[in-house]
Amino acid sequence: MNIDGVNTGIVLDHIQAGKSMQIYEYLGLEKLDSCVAVIQNVRSGKYGKKDIIKIDEIIDLNLEVLGFFDSNITVNYIKDGKLIDKKHLALPDHLTDVIKCKNPRCITSTEQEIRHEFELVDREKKVYRCIYCDTLVKVK
Amino acid sequence: MSKDIRNLISILDLSIEEIDKLINVANDIEKNPEKYAEACRHKQLATLFFEPSTRTRLSFESAMLSLGGSVLGFSSANSSSAAKGESVSDTIQTVGNYADIIAMRHPKEGAPFVAANRTQVPIINAGDGGHFHPTQTLTDLLTISRKKGRLKDMTIGLCGDLKFGRTVHSLIEATLRYEGIKYVLISPEELRLPEYMIDKLKEAGAEFEEITDLEVAMPKLDVLYMTRIQKERFFNEEDYVRLKDTYILTPEKLNNAKEDLCIMHPLPRVNEISVKVDDDPRACYFYQTRCGKQVRMALILFLLGIKVED
Repeated sequence: MNIDGVNTGIVLDHIQAGKSMQIYEYLGLEKLDSCVAVIQNVRSGKYGKKDIIKIDEIIDLNLEVLGFFDSNITVNYIKDGKLIDKKHLALPDHLTDVIKCKNPRCITSTEQEIRHEFELVDREKKVYRCIYCDTLVKVK
Repeated sequence: MSKDIRNLISILDLSIEEIDKLINVANDIEKNPEKYAEACRHKQLATLFFEPSTRTRLSFESAMLSLGGSVLGFSSANSSSAAKGESVSDTIQTVGNYADIIAMRHPKEGAPFVAANRTQVPIINAGDGGHFHPTQTLTDLLTISRKKGRLKDMTIGLCGDLKFGRTVHSLIEATLRYEGIKYVLISPEELRLPEYMIDKLKEAGAEFEEITDLEVAMPKLDVLYMTRIQKERFFNEEDYVRLKDTYILTPEKLNNAKEDLCIMHPLPRVNEISVKVDDDPRACYFYQTRCGKQVRMALILFLLGIKVED
């Protein structure tokens, strides 16, 4: 299958196979006027299979949140056909309103205005801690 | 949260040096109570108890009254605007304008942390769900310090509800910072210590074992910390009924215990310690309540920045 290269825009590469639609939805890419290509199950020497998202426009991306979804993603910024920046993502140290605490006894389960905040406590095991009740969440 | 305001949300908000100072002040209060009788004159403590309590609330109120201060507050969510749906944030922002210091108990975990971010007066966590109960821990540390003469090099047995037992979690967090503490965790399978607390024990390199039989653990213990299986923490009544009588401490079970064992319990007790144990000189659980008041007096002085000179 052939899909045109991006002249000016962003290519999200090395997305874990099967996760691209989740990222598409989180980034709200359906709201863009520009061309967006979601390519699934691309052969990858490193991961076997991967997904790729190509966006025909340079938009603001929350790289921390993107790193939370998949820290293996590389973000390529392209202008006039040239790669101008390449960012490797990592799990963010802090998450605000990205995930919710599942502990039914946590104060965030009843106080609507409180932001859901988590801190990264173990980068290797991908574990976050709710700053309110200390419940641990392992990122899948 | 202002940098100048000190709160007590978790026992780890206090360094071990600060805990030592609180213990020293509490010991001085024991010897010279009259010296402190006017220390908090014109100061007000609000006790906001969104969940029922006898000991903790009365202990705070008695502590403040013995310091010459006054108290205001409520003793259940039903008698506050929480019953009308008011948020913790709004309640605290209001009460922060009435009182100089707030002691707060709430069934939701993290509620005192939220409160501390919404007011400029010190917040004391008087228990948040199954999470933390740092003033009980201060009480426990003062009791152990007085009864054992040290806070290091000992084996502590924690028995009962280790899953939801916030007093257990706080006591472990506090004692992990002292040298040579070994833990024997005695609980039914369903009420084992939560994973995040086990991780803390492992990270600290602490020696610990998890067992289900209290009598097996007994001979090695310097401190036995009994806890109640808490009905209010169960979503399922059947589970509570099945587990509630798992451990009942009787004089017979103490046959193999050390002569200087310190038997503690945060109270209230239901039936996990037989009343026949009460006359045993090793029973320290009512003495704990005395320690609780004195260490809360020391804490109020500390958080309000009040020093009492000789």
